[in-house]
Amino acid sequence: MTGKLNLAKKDFVSDQEVRWCPGCADFAILSTVQKVMPELDVPRENIVFVSGIGCSSRFPYYMNTYGMHGIHGRAPAIATGLKMARPELTVFVVTGDGDGLSIGGNHLIHALRRNIDLKILLFDNRIYGLTKGQASPTSELGKRTKSSPYGTVDRPFNPLTIALGAGATFVARSVATDTAHLATVLRRAAQHKGAAFVQIWQNCPVFNDGAFDSWAERDVRDEALIKLEHGKPLLFGKAKDKALRTGAGFSLEVGGTDGAVVHDEMREDLALSMALAALEPPMPQPMGVLRAVSRPTVDALAREQEEEAARKQAPDLEGLLRSGDTWTVEAQA
Amino acid sequence: MSGSSPSRAPRDIDHAVVRFAGDSGDGMQLTGTEFTREAAFQGNDLATFPDYPAEIRAPAGTTAGVSGYQIQFAAHEVYSAGDQPDTLVAMNPAALKVHLADLKKGGLLVLNEASFQPADLTRAGWKSNPLTDHSLDGYRLIQVDFDKLVTHACEGLPGLGAKDVQRTKNFFALGLVFWLYSRDTARQEKAIHERFAKKPEIGEANLRAFKAGYFYGETTEAADAPWHIAPARLSPGTYRNVMGSTALALGLVAAAQKSGLRLFFGSYPITPASDILHELAKHRQFGVTTFQAEDEIAAVTASIGAAFGGALGATASSGPGIALKTEALGLALMIELPLVVIDAQRGGPSTGLPTKTEQSDLFQAVYGRNGESPIPVLAARSPADCFEVAFEASRIAIEYRTPVILLSDGAIGNGTEPWKLPRADALPRIDPKLRTDPEGFQPYSRDPETLARPWAVPGTKGLEHRVGGLEKDSLTGNVSYDPLNHEKMTRTRAEKVNRIARTYPKLVPAGDPDGEVGVLSWGGTYGSVTQAVIDARASGIRVGHIHLRHIFPLPLDLPEVLSRYRRILLPELNLGQLRLHVRGQLGIETIGLNKIQGKPFHVAEVRSAIEALARSPGPVTHKELA
Repeated sequence: MTGKLNLAKKDFVSDQEVRWCPGCADFAILSTVQKVMPELDVPRENIVFVSGIGCSSRFPYYMNTYGMHGIHGRAPAIATGLKMARPELTVFVVTGDGDGLSIGGNHLIHALRRNIDLKILLFDNRIYGLTKGQASPTSELGKRTKSSPYGTVDRPFNPLTIALGAGATFVARSVATDTAHLATVLRRAAQHKGAAFVQIWQNCPVFNDGAFDSWAERDVRDEALIKLEHGKPLLFGKAKDKALRTGAGFSLEVGGTDGAVVHDEMREDLALSMALAALEPPMPQPMGVLRAVSRPTVDALAREQEEEAARKQAPDLEGLLRSGDTWTVEAQA
Repeated sequence: MSGSSPSRAPRDIDHAVVRFAGDSGDGMQLTGTEFTREAAFQGNDLATFPDYPAEIRAPAGTTAGVSGYQIQFAAHEVYSAGDQPDTLVAMNPAALKVHLADLKKGGLLVLNEASFQPADLTRAGWKSNPLTDHSLDGYRLIQVDFDKLVTHACEGLPGLGAKDVQRTKNFFALGLVFWLYSRDTARQEKAIHERFAKKPEIGEANLRAFKAGYFYGETTEAADAPWHIAPARLSPGTYRNVMGSTALALGLVAAAQKSGLRLFFGSYPITPASDILHELAKHRQFGVTTFQAEDEIAAVTASIGAAFGGALGATASSGPGIALKTEALGLALMIELPLVVIDAQRGGPSTGLPTKTEQSDLFQAVYGRNGESPIPVLAARSPADCFEVAFEASRIAIEYRTPVILLSDGAIGNGTEPWKLPRADALPRIDPKLRTDPEGFQPYSRDPETLARPWAVPGTKGLEHRVGGLEKDSLTGNVSYDPLNHEKMTRTRAEKVNRIARTYPKLVPAGDPDGEVGVLSWGGTYGSVTQAVIDARASGIRVGHIHLRHIFPLPLDLPEVLSRYRRILLPELNLGQLRLHVRGQLGIETIGLNKIQGKPFHVAEVRSAIEALARSPGPVTHKELA
């Protein structure tokens, strides 16, 4: 039990049978989200999960909160309308790499640029799972799938640079296999006031098994990943003996710990967060919060305008109908 | 000047049709709107038809850039903007080229002769000068050098360039037409001051041009003017002149106020629907949230999200945008939440004729979705009617928890007419019946009368539930792939929409309650058909008029009403969509009168068809009148 409301993980488990494939990393994410929810100390009835279409988008059915399983790609737009109509609600969006970055890419970037107060969780398994194994916009170049038997010829998106480029005020990454880290990131995202974007690497055991093994498995992750901590030097390696430093030509390079760049997620400019987001293997992959800055949210701004308008002029329907030039026709004598 | 009296006494006439035409940069829409405002103030009944190109500024002086504004104003009731103008104001040769053919024989032409230079004529496609080659024989002519007269009028005004002066020509034309129809000038003079309050020198120039136009008419005793049109005997009440788009917006606000709900309006800019967004964006104090979305799909899905949150969700677009929203409409009907979707129809398909009117989205509205997906469809008949229809669409959406499509069109949205204002407190209350009681709550249990499901909004303790586009169990709303449940839900959704027809008022034909010809119409053809039926009856034909507000489901008494006429004429601005709908739904054959020119029907076109049908003795078969 946590918080004043005394909620527990079980309070967020719905009565629906979870129907992901055995071994799917979505189970770990679901369990972690359900575990973190009580800590938010928000009444269940004030929480809404909105999703699009895809394996990840079945998520709302398993949360004992309000929820909507929307249509493909549109969850950020549905959630935007909901949040603007009801700013007091806590609204999560659950999407995937196909849902959020392909068919729904436009809604995702606009939700981020508006800084609508949504928590957007993008489950990235680099494959279309529900349609049984086609390349997705995050599938690596050359990947062989059912729809690309000779290997893909289109380059993938980097979800983090897209989010940063779209003006997201909170951008983070985690991985389903490290639930402690995931819980920390989810907590931070939930506490952020504004559009929070979290990329969660998530293994699909059926159509893209092992997609993240070379970075995220226990035996390699200390070397392949770098955990970001605000105000701390960017160190990695089992012995924390490697660091990211400023390299030649406006770049980050791996070197010794002296001169390590100190992480600052609150920097106004995007230089550091973008440089971290853009790191490609064999450079270490950043995990944690890349950026967390405070900006007014669109839902709050819109509501302020309405309240301001109502203060200046009380709503008067009769007056509204009669506004402009009117004239009266008298009854004929 | 308002005190000055015309040297010749005005002659009483009972109606007039005036068209202002010029380059799209000439201010013709403003000129028409200002003339209309005065006609409304003087108590005339009126109807207007703005007609402008899709290009904001097509090359100056070409026929592609001609913008027009027509008004019919009268001492009696008016139903359409009129077939043929009595007076045509043409600011340049291109406007004359485009509109001359419409001018009534013997009608009055007001021309700016300064604009008939050789280069102007070539640009407009005149092979020779119409002022001298007898093209204008048979019309009465007021031929004035607008350029010179506004230059004289503005002489000595500081701070004005020659360009500023020339831009006042539309007010010169307005002043002249004010004199022609002996309109009071005081209100317009005040309006000019107010309009240009921030640029008083421009205001003064326009005022002088306006007066110069008026005095020109008076001094030259132009044509056989002036004429006078007495106030119409409209039914007693307070009126305002209203645009269709404005009335739609106000209808939504009123429905939200009367149901105690917030209004969330998601929209993406598109001609001719954007004015609804512009209007609603002004009324934030009513708990109106307007959201200019990134695209049409976001506009509708955000509105669905807002409806899930307990707001009245609404969106508006035109045909191409509605096509994009289609999948989301399926979601809204599946999760059974209130949503009003306005389709301001325009010429189609594809981008089609963005600024021209048409009625070709009926199939899209009624039948254009995947799956068995019944959505109620209503149609507005005129600018003022838009208020009531928007209110009615909202009522149906809220009470039946369903998306509703409201068909308007470009001519209705941009057109204006006097609107007899309802009293806000006399508007019926709409009860949203939000569910708050957790006892026995099932998301898809149904009201026995309406078959509506409970509307349980987030924030309500104990009613947490999930909805979505997957088929639902008929009670719990949980995902269900059960075959019999799917059939049950499909039939229930259809039955719910069918039951809406029980709430319609009785159909009462205008004109004769039975007879030779019944004219069945819907949407924006209302005005032309109404006038045509009045005219045909005056010539001795027994004819009635049935105008549909409810397109789907059709009124239950429609078959009986149609059966009272020997044959049914169905005029539509499409290839026969309501005709096929009526045949498919009711098995009733009608005879189509179809026009697909991006323009409304002329009254005469409909009247001729009525006369032809009344005369021909042949059997009643489907055919299209040529």
